[in-house]
Amino acid sequence: MSKIGEAFRKGKAFIPFLTCGDPDIETTKRAVREMVKNGADLIELGIPFSDPMAEGPVIQGANARALSNGITTDIIFDMVSELRKEISIPFVFMTYANVVFSYGSERFIRRCGEVGIDGMILPDVPYEERDEFSDICDKYDVDLISMVAPTSENRIAMIAKEAKGFLYVVSSLGVTGTRSEITTDLASIVSIVRENTDIPCAIGFGISTPEQAKKMSAISDGAIVGSAIVRLLEQYKTEAPEHIGEYVKKMKDAVMSGSSQPASC
Amino acid sequence: MKKGRFGAHGGQFIPETLMNAVEELEKAYEHYKDDPGFNSELTELLNEYAGRPSRLYFAEKMTKDLGGAKIYLKREDLNHTGSHKINNVLGQALLAKKMGKKRLIAETGAGQHGVATATAAALMGMECVVFMGEEDTVRQALNVYRMRLLGATVIPVKSGTGTLKDAVSEAMREWTSRIEDTHYCLGSVMGPHPFPTIVRDFQAVISREIKSQLMEKEGKLPDAVIACVGGGSNAMGSFYHFIDEKNVALIGCEAAGRGIETFETAATINTGRAGIFHGMKSYFCQDEYGQIAPVYSISAGLDYPGIGPEHAYLHDTGRAKYVPVTDEEAVLAFEYLSRTEGIIPAVESAHAISYAMKIAPDMKKEEIIVVTISGRGDKDCAAIARYRGEDIHE
Repeated sequence: MSKIGEAFRKGKAFIPFLTCGDPDIETTKRAVREMVKNGADLIELGIPFSDPMAEGPVIQGANARALSNGITTDIIFDMVSELRKEISIPFVFMTYANVVFSYGSERFIRRCGEVGIDGMILPDVPYEERDEFSDICDKYDVDLISMVAPTSENRIAMIAKEAKGFLYVVSSLGVTGTRSEITTDLASIVSIVRENTDIPCAIGFGISTPEQAKKMSAISDGAIVGSAIVRLLEQYKTEAPEHIGEYVKKMKDAVMSGSSQPASC
Repeated sequence: MKKGRFGAHGGQFIPETLMNAVEELEKAYEHYKDDPGFNSELTELLNEYAGRPSRLYFAEKMTKDLGGAKIYLKREDLNHTGSHKINNVLGQALLAKKMGKKRLIAETGAGQHGVATATAAALMGMECVVFMGEEDTVRQALNVYRMRLLGATVIPVKSGTGTLKDAVSEAMREWTSRIEDTHYCLGSVMGPHPFPTIVRDFQAVISREIKSQLMEKEGKLPDAVIACVGGGSNAMGSFYHFIDEKNVALIGCEAAGRGIETFETAATINTGRAGIFHGMKSYFCQDEYGQIAPVYSISAGLDYPGIGPEHAYLHDTGRAKYVPVTDEEAVLAFEYLSRTEGIIPAVESAHAISYAMKIAPDMKKEEIIVVTISGRGDKDCAAIARYRGEDIHE
């Protein structure tokens, strides 16, 4: 089992996301430490991209702020390298294909391995295009995370069979952002996943409240939260890490309480 | 080779949420493209509604004035809605209708594709939503009004640079949120497979007509075909049936903006490098970290940081060449064609005219250049007047 798998061994996982460099890299470091201290099991680190196609307005805004502050891929690699000295939970990068490709795919993924990045989520790389990056990822022990969506239907089995690390289950149609209600029949998606792979699956897109996190983790192996955290950064800026810590604790507690229920996967 | 590749370029770099939608589209297209019923319906629309075939006009005054090669103009500006965009839109709207879709969404830069989509939606009784960069809604206010008049909703896109690339991103985001009843009517030979192929095939009517019209008039093929390139749909349509005719030079004119040595340019082949964006691998204007560059051109329709994957391939193989044309050169050509031939071209098409003006004098009198006038220039008059320091009210 890859290092990412370990994040799911202690029970249901809580996976927070933030965009690196929003509002600045020092705040990102402090926020990551707060996340770890308050029970995050795995952290998704967003590398900003100028045109983030899968993001809603909240994370789009974070991408734009980080880039206008001069954040680059190299600055983020250095940050991860520094954080790795004190933090052992898995880190995955969440970014777009061009950020990796343009840096030089091999150079980027090798550097991921060196600094201690355990996986990579590229929302604009579907199953059909995985081999653009997957061989290099295998070479450097970086898991290329697969996603399934509410529209995947006949594709779920095929995607699950090739999945590495954990499987990212997209809860709803559309882009990232908080939602008052999640209506997709996720339990049946998860059960198809289960028939085809042993790796854990976590649900993301639209989750912001402890109730949602509890419900989502009860039917899967964990919950991923992005926009709600990025919104705290937008609101409190350099003061955000403490607020993020409190929020992560609340969400982690909710996720753990979901563990006591019989899981369908 | 993998699906939808043109050499190293193309592919399907899109969120998983859209994968079944593009597969459904591919299957429908494969089914209908050779279907006689579909094709006769489309031909009927193109001929009776859009006014095809478009004229291949011998620009005699321009030819004499430049003193070299014979210049023919392929008059896509004379199509209904005023540009080549209608060729692709009628094809896609008809396809969408056959697929049972009730709603068309589209991106637009100059507004020509948005107007064409709104037109087809009105004709076929479909709902229409057009995404347009906020800056472009100002530059092309008349086209915004036309779309609304045709019953479409125009959504100004504020994110990023507020231009064509942001309109494409926003249309793709919209598509991921509503797939069931919605077809994304992409306007150029770009995006994920099967769009580059579908749009090329629907625009290939341009080169099919050029070939037969020139055969009739001159009994031979042209020596060069010149067209402007943003995403590259009118150029791909103009080149397509000549790709295997090795003696026909294929020349795409990119918008150099204030010059390819400046940052204010949109010349992708001349200043960009390989990347992955908007669903495709191709060439893009970008910085060293792969952030897409904020491009610039006086022409809202060429103001795009990428180029269709088949053009990238034609560039790699050397089959076509891509040359930069500045704002200033395009404006001079815009004025020149207006005065010399009494034809006001779209500022996009003026980029192609400019390059013809550059090379025609050095070519032999029996040689032939075909320039595609992709659209009419009425929409650009206010912007060109402003460029010349004159403020006119539309």
